[in-house]
Amino acid sequence: MATTEKSFTTISGVEVAPLYGAGDVEVEYERDLGRPGGFPFTRGVYGSMYRGRLWTMRQFAGFGTAEETNARFRYLLGHGQTGLSVAFDMPTLMGLDSDHPRSLGEVGREGVAVDSVEDMALLFDGIPLGEVSTSMTINSPAAILLAFYVCVAEGQGVPRARLRGTVQTDILKEYIAQKEWIFPPGPSLRLVTDMVEWCAAEMPLWHPVSISGYHIREAGSTAAQELAFTLADGFTYVEWALERGLGVDEFAPRLSFFFNAHLDFFEEIAKYRAARRIWARELRERYGARDERSLRLRFHAQTAGVSLTAQQPEVNIVRTALEALAAVLGGCQSLHTNSYDEALALPTEEAVRLALRTQQVIAHETGVVNTADPLGGSYFLEHLTNELERQAYGYLERIEELGGVVAAIEQNFFQREIAEAAFRYQREVEAGERVVVGVNRYAVEEEAQPPLLRVDPELERRQVERVRALRARRDAGAAERALARLAAEAASERNLMPAILDAARAQVTMGEMCDALREVWGTWRETPVF
Amino acid sequence: MAKVGLDGHDRGAKVIARALRDAGMEVIYTGLHQTPEQIVETVIQEDADAVGISILSGAHMTLVPRIVELLRERDAGDVLVVAGGTIPAGDVAELKRLGVAEVFTPGAPTSEIVAFLRARAAA
Repeated sequence: MATTEKSFTTISGVEVAPLYGAGDVEVEYERDLGRPGGFPFTRGVYGSMYRGRLWTMRQFAGFGTAEETNARFRYLLGHGQTGLSVAFDMPTLMGLDSDHPRSLGEVGREGVAVDSVEDMALLFDGIPLGEVSTSMTINSPAAILLAFYVCVAEGQGVPRARLRGTVQTDILKEYIAQKEWIFPPGPSLRLVTDMVEWCAAEMPLWHPVSISGYHIREAGSTAAQELAFTLADGFTYVEWALERGLGVDEFAPRLSFFFNAHLDFFEEIAKYRAARRIWARELRERYGARDERSLRLRFHAQTAGVSLTAQQPEVNIVRTALEALAAVLGGCQSLHTNSYDEALALPTEEAVRLALRTQQVIAHETGVVNTADPLGGSYFLEHLTNELERQAYGYLERIEELGGVVAAIEQNFFQREIAEAAFRYQREVEAGERVVVGVNRYAVEEEAQPPLLRVDPELERRQVERVRALRARRDAGAAERALARLAAEAASERNLMPAILDAARAQVTMGEMCDALREVWGTWRETPVF
Repeated sequence: MAKVGLDGHDRGAKVIARALRDAGMEVIYTGLHQTPEQIVETVIQEDADAVGISILSGAHMTLVPRIVELLRERDAGDVLVVAGGTIPAGDVAELKRLGVAEVFTPGAPTSEIVAFLRARAAA
């Protein structure tokens, strides 16, 4: 089909002109950009950015049981990564112990199996918790895994106030995109707020929430949707914490974010800059934050899993490098780079080492770290930053009209938007309008797959035995009492963290705690739309 | 269109469900977190000609064969079974040996899936 005019759009569908000049951009330097480290933080959250300190190189890792993942952690630390990031298996993510009937076949497959505080101790064996920062991708049972971590630190003699790290905890995006929910929104938000409140008092160096857009984007959203939906979720957590009676500056400094680093290079950089600007403005103007630290949107980025291909997987190395570069030019504080084999399986050692090296090359060989916001002032970039901000505000208004994030979730607003965008993208690819190298253009005869990581099914059997042995060994009375107390606290309005910690110390398992909470709070069922 | 086990990655399943519906097929999407038993029950209740199992959690070698087995046990062995997701080539071969008609892995166009089902599922 011959056309005289081809449209050039970002991967999200934003129109791009052939050229941008001074007349195309409306920017007032002080109002819209500022200096890095100063309101509205468009150019970066810190004055010195990477000259002062590089982003944390933090590779998401986990499979099998605690021992296998501990070995992978040490491997990555040995090769120069500077932060830990834990991937848990599906049963753990869904609040089920490894011996639950629904865990069959799933244990250790997508991440590490953690059923108890003992598993957590094994996971960090030989790793001094006072000297690392750890991010845990866990949502519905986040409070429990945090309690396990705190207990392990106690065992190492490290006070909780010294612990650095993050739990993802972002339950709203679960209903929207990642789908790892257990309880309905109300009790879930209460639990998130309990964590925010408790961490504000007990763990000043910890991030109790990582407000995430990564998964929303992976599910198929556009960049503007990722931006808007993430910020909307963030504002909701702020509102719940304020409702609880916390001062905004008491907790906002410890809210963190997690964005996707997708393929459309300039769109991603613009997205991060717009995110910082919107957050700073809203926190100050709408929520009355006065502490500068409340206004700083600090984020972890992960290169887009969904951009990886199974065909010619080595090409993923190139994709990941470019995505990582965008995240760095966009000013991320922490970064995970995907391994080239991840469209096929969890990464091998060799593949993940290469992913880490990708970050190290950017940091040490390209010179992009020498100055803050190096692309700031680019006509195209400033235009795109403004445009994404404009589109994001459009969505934020719609969400408010629907009654807020929870109401919008219940009306399937986000889910429908995401399904639409995902379908549109697939149609573009199948029509050849959107090129995917190696898939719909430049394909080759099927080649043999690279050697892949296989998770030994024997590990499931071992983990099942392990959790059963723990239950048999522990003080049954103490465990029972702790569980009863947890249920009682869940039915009350008191902060649940102390009861969860006591249950952890009494060797109550994660699944048992979640079951007790399911009894009190019920479970969530979605009405799917496609 | 079924999502089996704890896996919550439903982007592909939904895109395919819609593509099949747009192609004129009657599609029932089970939603997430279905057990093999629940899926087979739905297949039988809905008198489905085919079932597509989407799974990206790595648990496919336990859960997909279980579905095939249960369909046979319930005299629904003639239902066409296809699968998709993060399934390495070696496992694809094994699943086909166990009775899965085809496995659609990352990059498979929806047009290919539509064509396959049109050709292979009973009228």
